[in-house]
Amino acid sequence: MTMRCFLPRDMAAVALGADRVAAALTAEAARRGLDMALTRTGTRGLFWLEPLLEVATEGGRIGYGPLSADDVPGVLDAIMSGAEHGKGLGRVEAIPFLKRQTRLTFARAGITDPLSLEDYRAHDGLRGLERAVALGPAKIVEAVTQSGLRGRGGAGFPTGIKWRTVAEAPGARKFVVCNADEGDSGTYADRMVMEGDPFTLIEGMAIAGIAVGATKGYIYSRSEYPFANATMRKAIVLAREAGVIGPNVLGSGFAFEPELRVGAGAYVCGEETAMLDSIEGKRGQVRAKPPLPAHVGLFGCPTVVNNALSLAAVPFIMAEGADAYRDYGMGRSRGTMPIQLAGNIRYGGLFETAFGVTLGELVQDIGGGTRNGRPVRAVQVGGPLGAYFPPALFDTPFDYEAFAAKDGLIGHGGVVVFDDTVDMRAQARFAMAFCAIESCGKCTPCRIGSTRGVEVVDRIAAGDRIAANVALLRDLCETMKYGSLCALGGFTPFPVLSALDHFPEDFAAPAMPAAAD
Amino acid sequence: MSRHEGWSAERARAVIDSHAGEDGAMLPVLHDLQAMFGYIPHEAVPLVADALNVSRAEVRGVVSFYHDFRDHPPGRHVLRLCRAEACQSVGGVRVADHARARFGIDWHETTADGALTLEPVYCLGLCACGPSAMLDETPIARLDEAQIDALIEAAR
Repeated sequence: MTMRCFLPRDMAAVALGADRVAAALTAEAARRGLDMALTRTGTRGLFWLEPLLEVATEGGRIGYGPLSADDVPGVLDAIMSGAEHGKGLGRVEAIPFLKRQTRLTFARAGITDPLSLEDYRAHDGLRGLERAVALGPAKIVEAVTQSGLRGRGGAGFPTGIKWRTVAEAPGARKFVVCNADEGDSGTYADRMVMEGDPFTLIEGMAIAGIAVGATKGYIYSRSEYPFANATMRKAIVLAREAGVIGPNVLGSGFAFEPELRVGAGAYVCGEETAMLDSIEGKRGQVRAKPPLPAHVGLFGCPTVVNNALSLAAVPFIMAEGADAYRDYGMGRSRGTMPIQLAGNIRYGGLFETAFGVTLGELVQDIGGGTRNGRPVRAVQVGGPLGAYFPPALFDTPFDYEAFAAKDGLIGHGGVVVFDDTVDMRAQARFAMAFCAIESCGKCTPCRIGSTRGVEVVDRIAAGDRIAANVALLRDLCETMKYGSLCALGGFTPFPVLSALDHFPEDFAAPAMPAAAD
Repeated sequence: MSRHEGWSAERARAVIDSHAGEDGAMLPVLHDLQAMFGYIPHEAVPLVADALNVSRAEVRGVVSFYHDFRDHPPGRHVLRLCRAEACQSVGGVRVADHARARFGIDWHETTADGALTLEPVYCLGLCACGPSAMLDETPIARLDEAQIDALIEAAR
């Protein structure tokens, strides 16, 4: 009987040595004359266990990890003899980190061959699109509205309302733009979708296209994600060949054609209007709103701009019904959020769960605290524009409104953990420095304010009139917050002010001479 | 031994022509040119401007706006080190400082022997196993000082 093995080809797994393990496994199986079939999957998102080898058994898939190439002969011995192995993990689905999750968007991640449409269908793929073409545009919009789905890029705008606006906007040409410009540090869920389950994104985009009357879509990805881009390109070709997309989507008469576009290392292009300019071939500069992209978007046409995770959630909503999605969550945050545990964390990985889990549960119970065992001091939630939370705020539930009430944001769901050696003044400085590097330059508060912000933090670090300069820094943050065109300048104050509010002691004394340079 | 070709107007034109008729072809064209030559050669700018019916200033404006595009050739290898928060939390700053000292170059610079260019990158999406880096097309996780030392040897 063929031994069926699964090993991720995900970029993080490869960075941790998955290709070497795959080569060793193939060579060792050949040497032993074993009948083995190896499928390279996406990752389950349990990165401390990568490279994670899975072997199909009657009782489900059994895992071994984290493996190096040297482990391969011993693991093969264990598989053949049924003996225990030091890196054996038992049934993968029973690993607590995975078992505690509610995987709706990431149901297939790490399980299927990302580029097999057959596999995709066998695991419930395309059911959402089939139902969507049967229902037609108006009912799709209604279902997405009913589901309570809100923008997973961070703004949290109701997806259904956005779709309705574009559907009702007059225009011969309309577009769907998938924002996969996942630039926030601590996030990798878009990357995991594109590498591990690209057909989900294509399916979600096609549903959006039918709903709003768009026949062309763009996926705007990042040059930092070469693996995702290669997989996405191949998936588009395969989907077109199979008639899933193209002039006649699943034989429905609707047309939809997605295309991958790759950015060029500009963080600000994750902002929707800068992204539109970038796709048009211009400098990625932010546009003033109104007009909204829903009215005047790409090439001047009505355009839906949705985050990759929003679009990837749509096939489930269409297949299982709006209520099945809306039943998860709390308050006005409905459904699940793929939360990404990152930074100095013991169990780092993707944790998809219903809204409402607290930050403390995520960091301590699920994440296991820091990777190096030191106490947690600060957690940045929502990327470089997100606030730093101290352990005192760990009872905050993961919910758009609850985080906003604590002067923070959930953003794209990235959670970056820092231990007690973190210098929060340095983190505040970095927030300003990053804004200065990435500012598109269109508005003054962001372009000039960020540079002045770095200078003010440096004066505080030098011990120069600390109280007066802290007051100046706060004042500057107010100006940036209310005077910037987009979230880059407007939200950079979040990390800076949270550092000042929750960690004032780090700003009280000059930097040690050894640390200054 | 370079991974890139020397300048050829004919080759550049072929790349540009392959995007004829595409909406917003600027970034795809520039990516392809940089993949071929390692940078956006000065000589390519008027060709791109002409094909896309924009001014040379607009092409230069786009090249200078995006961090990825270079207007001069890189070293034989490009090491991109992540400088973002998730990597900072696990010693990324220390590893980057070691790399700069060990290579004797700062960000965006190339070693005197042309072996290696050091570039900052703000997130590779490997945030649960940092500090992370890309050496040419190869991703690297949990980077430390010893690996940096090995990298510079291998690059030479």
